[in-house]
Amino acid sequence: MNAVIDIFASAGLWAAVLRIATPLILGTLGALLCERSGVLNLGIEGIMTFGAMIGWLAVYNGADLWAGLLVAALSGGVFGLLHAALTVTLGLSQHVSGLGVTLFASSFSYYVFRLLVPVAGTPPTIEPFQPIVVPALSSISFIGPALFTQTPPTYVAIMLALVLGYVLFRTPLGLAIRMAGENPHAAESQGINPMMMRYGAVIVGSALMGVAGAFLTLSAFNSFFPTMVQGRGWICIALVVFASWRPGRALIGALLFALFDGFQLRLQTVLNGVVPYQIFLMIPYLLSIAALALMARRARVPQALMQPYRRGER
Amino acid sequence: MRFERREHRSVALVIATPVLAVLCALALAGVLIAVAGAPVMEAYWRILVGAFGSRLSATETLTRASPLILTGLAAAVAFRARLWNIGGEGQFYLGAIAVAAASSHLLGGLAPAVQIPLLLIVGAAAGIVLLLVPLWLRLRFSVDEVVTTLLLNFVAVLFVSMLIDGALKDPMAFGWPQSQPVADAAVLPKLLARSRLHIGLVIALVLAAAVHLLQSRTVFGMQSRAAGLNATGAVFAGVPLSRTLVKVACISGGLAGLAGALEVMGVQGYVTKDLSPGYGYSGIVVAMLANLHPLGVVLAALFTATMFVGADGMSRSMGIPSYIADVTVALSLISMLVGVFFTQYRIRR
Repeated sequence: MNAVIDIFASAGLWAAVLRIATPLILGTLGALLCERSGVLNLGIEGIMTFGAMIGWLAVYNGADLWAGLLVAALSGGVFGLLHAALTVTLGLSQHVSGLGVTLFASSFSYYVFRLLVPVAGTPPTIEPFQPIVVPALSSISFIGPALFTQTPPTYVAIMLALVLGYVLFRTPLGLAIRMAGENPHAAESQGINPMMMRYGAVIVGSALMGVAGAFLTLSAFNSFFPTMVQGRGWICIALVVFASWRPGRALIGALLFALFDGFQLRLQTVLNGVVPYQIFLMIPYLLSIAALALMARRARVPQALMQPYRRGER
Repeated sequence: MRFERREHRSVALVIATPVLAVLCALALAGVLIAVAGAPVMEAYWRILVGAFGSRLSATETLTRASPLILTGLAAAVAFRARLWNIGGEGQFYLGAIAVAAASSHLLGGLAPAVQIPLLLIVGAAAGIVLLLVPLWLRLRFSVDEVVTTLLLNFVAVLFVSMLIDGALKDPMAFGWPQSQPVADAAVLPKLLARSRLHIGLVIALVLAAAVHLLQSRTVFGMQSRAAGLNATGAVFAGVPLSRTLVKVACISGGLAGLAGALEVMGVQGYVTKDLSPGYGYSGIVVAMLANLHPLGVVLAALFTATMFVGADGMSRSMGIPSYIADVTVALSLISMLVGVFFTQYRIRR
């Protein structure tokens, strides 16, 4: 019991929470934006993998870190365009199309990586984002290191959650996106083009997923290796449901999730040898399933989610 | 430009679609090979030679196709009923580890004629259990099974990793994390001497035919298709939806679990963390390429196995990453989706 208290009392845990949460925040916001417009984007896992690879590759070849993030965002947008063409224009099954995008994007990233980066004993590394230590504020106990020693993309992610919340619920554009996801026929009758809204939301949402992946290689770690995304994309899809499709709650959900994750990582070292480490690694996935079971009935699903829209067809 | 539903779907078009989709995927992947600076046609020729050029490679391709037929069937059966079982990978591993555990601890002493069928049932049962959990969550809490089956894949692989590093670890494996081997009596008979090809292929082919008959000739087959085409309509017409889905889940999870069981008993003899090179995920592509038809699954699995086995050989001799096989298979899935769309719709200006 004391060990548990020690973990929660350590500043390291609280500093780690935001770092673990950042890719989840970005990915969840991306998936949330897509789903608010009525398109489930299961391409997320592959798009994150590709973003992680291409962002790292850009920086490895001499690009600026921010340029790396931008490249990852652009690549995400391109995969988003593909997903939108399949699901919005053609109206194909969003499940299968998303899985297709994931399979393609992840295998394509491994192919490109293997082709351009020679096999080596230790994977090549880059110089990742450094934490900004805010003077004075960062020395406040607990809150200081947790909030004021993060890398710049983390702050960007938190701001994006607020911006997305504002855009979706306080602007005409947000209303139009949400209408496309709730009732595209009604949206059309109001002079809104639901197809355009869905295209835009899926492309921008996928760009966020690309950045989420790039955070892993440009800030959390400093190298790329296959399977490094490890289901984070699927966890984001679960977090969207947990957040009931609201950006603010997505932020809180991702932070809660990261708190559990950071806690189990530290508990692992305490209970090393007593409990197999695999048990701890299972926790994030089991937690996501539990969160889904808890929230699925209560959450307000966008009414037209997964329904293709065809003009003049009901 | 808009799309108009076709009145008739010509049989020729439906049969041509997978062929065109595969050609399209090969053409796109060819661009990637060309960008890598290798002669495209020669690369494809080497893939073909690598997959069928010798007795060894041909049997290897068929050995690789067997689990793909089963995981492909698992996905096809489930998708027909709109049960999105993406958990084939986890079910495969759970079936594999269940067989290793049962044979090394419980049933190892039994004669092959008794032990092999029992173990196959154990493997299938393990797969079924893993799929019934997400189905229960869907029926009880309306949780989308896509995400839960996907997440359970990671849980299942970690569970297997825990067992082969702990309770079921082989003490004779010089510290490598691998399970205790199955008993000698549990090893599947070979189809051909001096090859890895085992009777799992025959089992897979028989099951493909059985699933085809089940879907086309029985009330259950009709009900499962109805559940997929229009769930509310099916309920209205008196189809017991939950019960049908449970049956579908038993077949689907069972097939994927069986694939894992056969792989352990026929090829490797024990379980490691890399027992499956993504058979569960490739099964989804196989099912879609076959347009969910059980007999088409056999051909689609053969194509996929050809790509994977052939690309290994080609990669060694030409320096193209063998991931090109994964890329081609994923691209053929996407082209197939588009192709199927155009068998149903035509473009009108």
